[in-house]
This record gives sequence, structure tokens and C-alpha cells, in this order.
Amino acid sequence: MNWLLGGGFTGSVLSFLYPVLRFVNPPAVPEASVNEVNAGKVAELKPNSAKMVKFGARPALLIRVNETEWRAFSAICTHLNCTVQFHEAKHQIWCACHNGLYDLNGQVVSGPPPKPLEEFAVHIRGEEIVIARRA
Amino acid sequence: MPAAETKTRVANWLEERLGLAAVRELMAHKTVPVHSSSLWYYFGGITLFLFGIQVATGMLLMLYYRATTTEAYESVQFIMTRVEFGWLIRSIHSWAANLMIFTAFVHMFSVVFLHSYRRPREMTWWSGIVLLGLAMAFGFSGYLLPWNKVSYFATKVGADVASSIPWMGQALGRFLRGGEDVAGATLTRFFAFHVVILPATTIFLLLFHLVLVQKHGMSTPPWIGVNGARQMPFFPNFFLRELMAWYGALALLGVLAALVPWELGEKADPFAPAPAGIRPEWYFLAEFYTLKLIPNHVLGIEGELMGIFGFALLALWWVLLPLWAVNRNGMIRVRLVTGIGVLLMAYLITFSLLGYFL
Repeated sequence: MNWLLGGGFTGSVLSFLYPVLRFVNPPAVPEASVNEVNAGKVAELKPNSAKMVKFGARPALLIRVNETEWRAFSAICTHLNCTVQFHEAKHQIWCACHNGLYDLNGQVVSGPPPKPLEEFAVHIRGEEIVIARRA
Repeated sequence: MPAAETKTRVANWLEERLGLAAVRELMAHKTVPVHSSSLWYYFGGITLFLFGIQVATGMLLMLYYRATTTEAYESVQFIMTRVEFGWLIRSIHSWAANLMIFTAFVHMFSVVFLHSYRRPREMTWWSGIVLLGLAMAFGFSGYLLPWNKVSYFATKVGADVASSIPWMGQALGRFLRGGEDVAGATLTRFFAFHVVILPATTIFLLLFHLVLVQKHGMSTPPWIGVNGARQMPFFPNFFLRELMAWYGALALLGVLAALVPWELGEKADPFAPAPAGIRPEWYFLAEFYTLKLIPNHVLGIEGELMGIFGFALLALWWVLLPLWAVNRNGMIRVRLVTGIGVLLMAYLITFSLLGYFL
């Protein structure tokens, strides 16, 4: 009798908890897959400067290294998800949250980031800059 | 009807319905030990008082606050600039939160150094540690609500730390964020945690903690012993002293809120880089600075994971203090626990200062 009552009680508690646990787990919302975005015009960026670009729902960092050389990376630090920035004086990419440094190839120079930044391809089409996810 | 007779009739009426004689009896017999370290007994009460301030000012702020990414920052700005005494209520809420965590830490370390965690008060220690964790969760969830730059990145980092936990991390990170990124869904969740889920859990646990304190009474340090200390009646002697301490805390709050009003900062922009000099609230600074120091890989494992594993082990070991603080003969290891308490406090203070200034 005790087993029956105990089992019934446990079962009813679990049947209340299960929908609650499923409810608090957010449903996956499919994101529009972005593979390429227009990042503005060539004239907008001087050599040794950078700007943030919306790459879908996430930020990307577009860097004009010199007159002809361009780089673009996902701006999400591989350490703890902060947003990185271009450090003009150091000529490197810097994350202010935990002092992570990357070179202009996205490789880790120092600090805690465990992986390089995801690199995007930069295409110059006339005056337009287009950055695209690498295949 | 004479006043005295009315008073008696009202008292009898209340007595019949509420049984207040039992409460009076309890208050008449409750005592507090008096010794050189009695001062530390006040910090639990001060923490409770600051929690009460939090609840009161939080309810007031809720009258104007709007938990959406487009309105949260503006609503706090509105509170601070347009609502009468809005700046004061918000500053008191923020300062009281920080002071509450500070006094909770003081209370915890006083329990360690007076060895009050020992048998039969293990459950009081454990409920207190969970309450401290809840206070920090209050801080973490409340930090995001103004939706400013610093709070946005602090939440991103905090949620990502949770995501790094092996096996369950991804699910936990999604649960905290309400999705893949810190966004509107995160703000809604954090608001719900901050104003409903955490307060409900805290009040339940706080009652449990207070009932245990009432049941076991105030602990006397082992070097004094139960019979070695003079006793002071709780009511009114200790209660009035505690009330003076609350007034002191209130005065400090008023001074801080008036002279150093809590800043709002810049509105969060998910597409802007993390600002230079970004750091979390002071009570997470030691962990923040430690994570900064750990190399990206330690023994082939990601440094971040290693750090989180280290913090988890340290926290577990600290929670289990009442179990390892006793030797095989049932005696408290006074020197060991005091030494470890001093070391932990030194680590927290040093690394918090380094995290703040470097």
C-alpha cells in the first residue's frame, strides 16, 4: 500500500515537473542563414582602421590593414563570447573583457582565448566591400 | 469603558486568536551570548535588513521599469531623471544590493572564524551558503536589467561561463539566455528571475535559516564554551542594539546614494565592441581576474574550463566545511579552519583589488 501511494505521489510530482522543465527550455528559433553581407564602401575606411558590421545576428570586424589589404573576422571572442575590437596602436585585435590579443590573421597572440577568430573572406566589388563566410 | 479595560479586552481578543503568549514566552527566554566577538552577531541581522530594503525599493522600481530591449534603458533613465526621488530609490536599491552581499560575506567569514558551523548547525551553514549564492544570483540578474553596455557584456561572459560546463553547459547557457544570444529573451528571463523566482526561493530559505538560528540559538566560540559566556536578553537588549546597527546601515545607504548616485552608463549595443576597462561587479572580480590569468591551455585542457572546474571544486569544498572541519575524535580543527579562512579571504581581497585596478 505504501509503495502504491508513494509511487503514485512520485509519479504525479514528476508529471507536474516534466512540462515545467520542458517549458523553461527555450525553443530553437531558426536563424536566417547569412553567408554574405555588404560591409559598406571602400572610401569609408582609412588604412589601419576598422569597423563593426552586422553579419546576420552577430557582429563582424572589418579591418583595412593598408591601401589594398582587407581582413574580416567574426567579432566574437573565442574565450567568453565578448565582442573584440581593432587596436590601432598595437595593430592587433583586442578583447577588452579578459585582455585576449589576436594578430591580423585572427591567430591568438596572448591572453586566454583558446582558438583563433573565425575569418571571413573580403571581396571588393568596385567601390563596394562584401564579406562572406568561407566555404 | 475605561481605557485599561478596553486594552485588556483587545489583548484578550488577540490572545484567543493568535496565541501571542507563546511568542512573549519565547522572547522572554531567548538570550544572546556576550563575549569579545559578540559584535559579529549583528551582521546576519544587517544582511536581513538590507534584503528588506531591496524588496521595498524593488517594488517601487517595478512601477516604472519596462523589461524590453527597446525600453529598459529608457525606463531606468526616466526613473532617474523624471520620477521624483527616482534617482534616490534606484541608488538605494543598487547600493543596498552591494552592501547586502558585503555584509553576507562578513557574516559568512564571521561564522567561519567563530566556528559556528559546527554540530548541530551544519544545516544553518548550508542554508546560509545557498542564501549567499542566491544573493549573488540576484546581483547577476539585476545587473542586466538597465540594459547598459557593461551589464550586457557581463551577462554575455557569465552566460558563456555557464555554457562551458561539460555535459550540461550548453543547455544551461540556453536556459539562462532564453536562446543562443543575450537578447530580449534574456532580459525577460532575468527580470522574471530577479523579481519572482529568486525572491520566492530566498524567502522560503530565509525562513528555514531563521528557524534554525532560533532553534539552536547563537553559537558560542569553542574557546569560550556554552557556559563560559554571560548572556544578554534578546529582547529588548540585543534587539535594540541590532536596531541601532540597522539605523547605521540606513545612514550609510543614504550617504552613498546621495553622494555617489549609481550611474546608468551607455545603452547596450550588441554590435559594439566591449568597452575598455570592462569588469563585473566587485563580488565577481576575483574569479574574473583569475580567468584572465589562466593561460589558454593548461595540460591540454582549455584554460577557461580548467578555471571553472577549479572554482567548482573550491566551492564544493567550502560548502562541505562542517564535515572536514572536525577530526576523528569529533574535535574542531580550529587552527586549520581559521588558516584556510584567512587564506580564502586574502585570495578574494587581493584578486578583487587586482581585478579592479589592473
